[in-house]
Amino acid sequence: MSLLNTLPDYVLTTKTDELLNWMRKSSIWYMLFGLACCAIELMHTGGPRADIERFGATPRASARQSDLMIVAGTLTLKMALRTRLLYDQMPDPKYVISMGSCASCGGLFQLAYSVCDGVDKILPVDVYVPGCPPRPEALTEGLLKLQEKIMTERWLSRGSANREANHEDVTAA
Amino acid sequence: MEALAIYQRLTEQFGGRVLETVTQKLDSFCVIDPAAIVEVGRFMHDDPALAMDCLSNQSGVDYKDRIEVVCHLFSYQHRHGAVLKIKLPRDNPRVPTLEGVWKSANWMEREIFDLLGVTFEGHSDMRRILLPEDWEGYPLRKDFVEAAEYHGISTVRESPIIRLDPKHK
Amino acid sequence: MSTLRTEEMTLNMGPQHPSTHGVLRFVVRADGEVMREAVPDVGYLHRSIEKIAEKVGYHGFMPYTDRVDYVCAMFTNQGWGMACEKLAGIEVPKRGEYCRVIAAEFNRIASHLLSVGTMAMDIGAMTPFTHAIREREMINDLIEELCGARLTFNYMRIGGVAFDLPPGWREKALAYLDHFDPILEEYNALISYNKIYIERLANVGVITLEEAINYNLVGPNLRACGFKWDARRDIPYSVYPDFEFEVPIGNGQWGQLGDAMDRYMVRIREMAESSKILRQALKQLPAGSVLAKVARNFKPPAGECQIRVESARGDMGWYVVSDGTAYPWRVHVRTGSFAAMGITQKLSRGLMIADLVTLIASLDVIAPEIDR
Repeated sequence: MSLLNTLPDYVLTTKTDELLNWMRKSSIWYMLFGLACCAIELMHTGGPRADIERFGATPRASARQSDLMIVAGTLTLKMALRTRLLYDQMPDPKYVISMGSCASCGGLFQLAYSVCDGVDKILPVDVYVPGCPPRPEALTEGLLKLQEKIMTERWLSRGSANREANHEDVTAA
Repeated sequence: MEALAIYQRLTEQFGGRVLETVTQKLDSFCVIDPAAIVEVGRFMHDDPALAMDCLSNQSGVDYKDRIEVVCHLFSYQHRHGAVLKIKLPRDNPRVPTLEGVWKSANWMEREIFDLLGVTFEGHSDMRRILLPEDWEGYPLRKDFVEAAEYHGISTVRESPIIRLDPKHK
Repeated sequence: MSTLRTEEMTLNMGPQHPSTHGVLRFVVRADGEVMREAVPDVGYLHRSIEKIAEKVGYHGFMPYTDRVDYVCAMFTNQGWGMACEKLAGIEVPKRGEYCRVIAAEFNRIASHLLSVGTMAMDIGAMTPFTHAIREREMINDLIEELCGARLTFNYMRIGGVAFDLPPGWREKALAYLDHFDPILEEYNALISYNKIYIERLANVGVITLEEAINYNLVGPNLRACGFKWDARRDIPYSVYPDFEFEVPIGNGQWGQLGDAMDRYMVRIREMAESSKILRQALKQLPAGSVLAKVARNFKPPAGECQIRVESARGDMGWYVVSDGTAYPWRVHVRTGSFAAMGITQKLSRGLMIADLVTLIASLDVIAPEIDR
């Protein structure tokens, strides 16, 4: 008889990897990196109606205390250098959500001379959230997609701390 | 006072330094000699009949053969406004600053310097305001060509469409 | 005791900071907690909107005007519409003007709610912010039903507005106003007369009237110095002469005239006035069309014009130069926040570092208006 069948109902068995991932995905602290219009929707997402804090995500002001950077708004070339510096200041493991079309591809400012067309020219992006600006519900879905991505990470089983080597692709539902 | 009456008064006071008064249908304006702009500005500010206490807007416009600096003045006392223009040559445009008369000219002139390359002599802090310090070129000029990259970041976004080889249909 | 060697610190209040007014940077030279000077560094959101106008044409520029000031996008839309209409001599039908005023005044309430909410949050009080966001979400719902978007509306067109009021919207709007008027009292009871709040705001950043006019401050910043100037009343445009409303000014009740508390209270009282205008507009709404007939290939005659529209942050000047083709030759926006940032360097001398945040919040600057 297997050991699993003799355990009572209130005992949960899981892999250590999944337990760690579950703890980490339920407490993603994001850095307030609102640049432009999407920053207002970011504030609304943390606000009373589309409350993102029920998923454990709370805003932090400092880069050194956060593990998610939501790039909300247009990235200008003047700001791009500072953005790279802030990303380097975040401790590992860190994630980036590119919120809105300006951060994903330059948006409607692709004709501009001073805009960096997309934040993925300087940072590795995990989730792209489209919209101009995305509704709070859309950003919440982006966060949930990121949570799905975090659940697929394997830190212990393959023995490699390289996040890129361990991520499996999360295909869109 | 009507705008035309204001320009009339200016012409009486300054004579030949008021180069021309253009009275088109919309927004008539008055062109001033660049060397006299500070004197004209101070007169418009101090004169009790005009009392232009506010420089409401200062913009630079690039026409292909010249650059113009357009000053919109307004008086809160008398509720009237006027438009002054200064025509400058395109290569090395220089004009004295209006910062001594209206403090709001400080940042507006820095913006015109940044985007059009007009140097304001006597300005307390003539440096770029909106673009990075090491930017090259003056973007609002009609002949501005965008650079291919800035500090290693390319300014072109490649199209995400991948054209499949027609053989592999 | 021998004299202590003291030095001046140079600190960077960087472009990323928790104060929610956008990407602004200050280089602060401080002697301990008291600042010698805070030099502003702007341009981190310069998106070259004025240059893009020359590439996309008159009709195509309307969505870009939303991004000039995204918190009160209706006013920028209205400004661009009015400038183009003045150039081409188009008259907007009466119902279109009323729709513009209704949308604009709702946007003014929403913008001021955000402004006072973030002001309280910058001081340190988190609760008023959530209250303000709650009210703002209800206005967002109303405007979303009207034009489809929550933040960057693109509701107005050259010659009027894009959509008429949906059926049943008037009743919902009036019901919201009935709900909103007592909420202001609740908000005041929550934070405005709080002793700590008054101590933090009174006598901070005092601006005299001569300075304000010389530095070209507009809007609530100018009205807080005791000067009754409102572009809706003094350079009347649209259908504002049809409505009765007060223009609140500062009175130096809690400190000196022209301090941060005056600027804050002017915004609170302006929200009540906007509510009054909305009730009158919703009652007097005439019938008719909302959009004048404007050519698709819009080519105004060559010329230039400047108009001023009273936005939530002060009156915005739109200067448009047209050369007779379908693309504008030059568009220049002079916004209230640009001038307000120009005065912060002078006002920051002698303030404490925490007061710098109060100063920025009370002037209600927002980064896209400065940088465009």
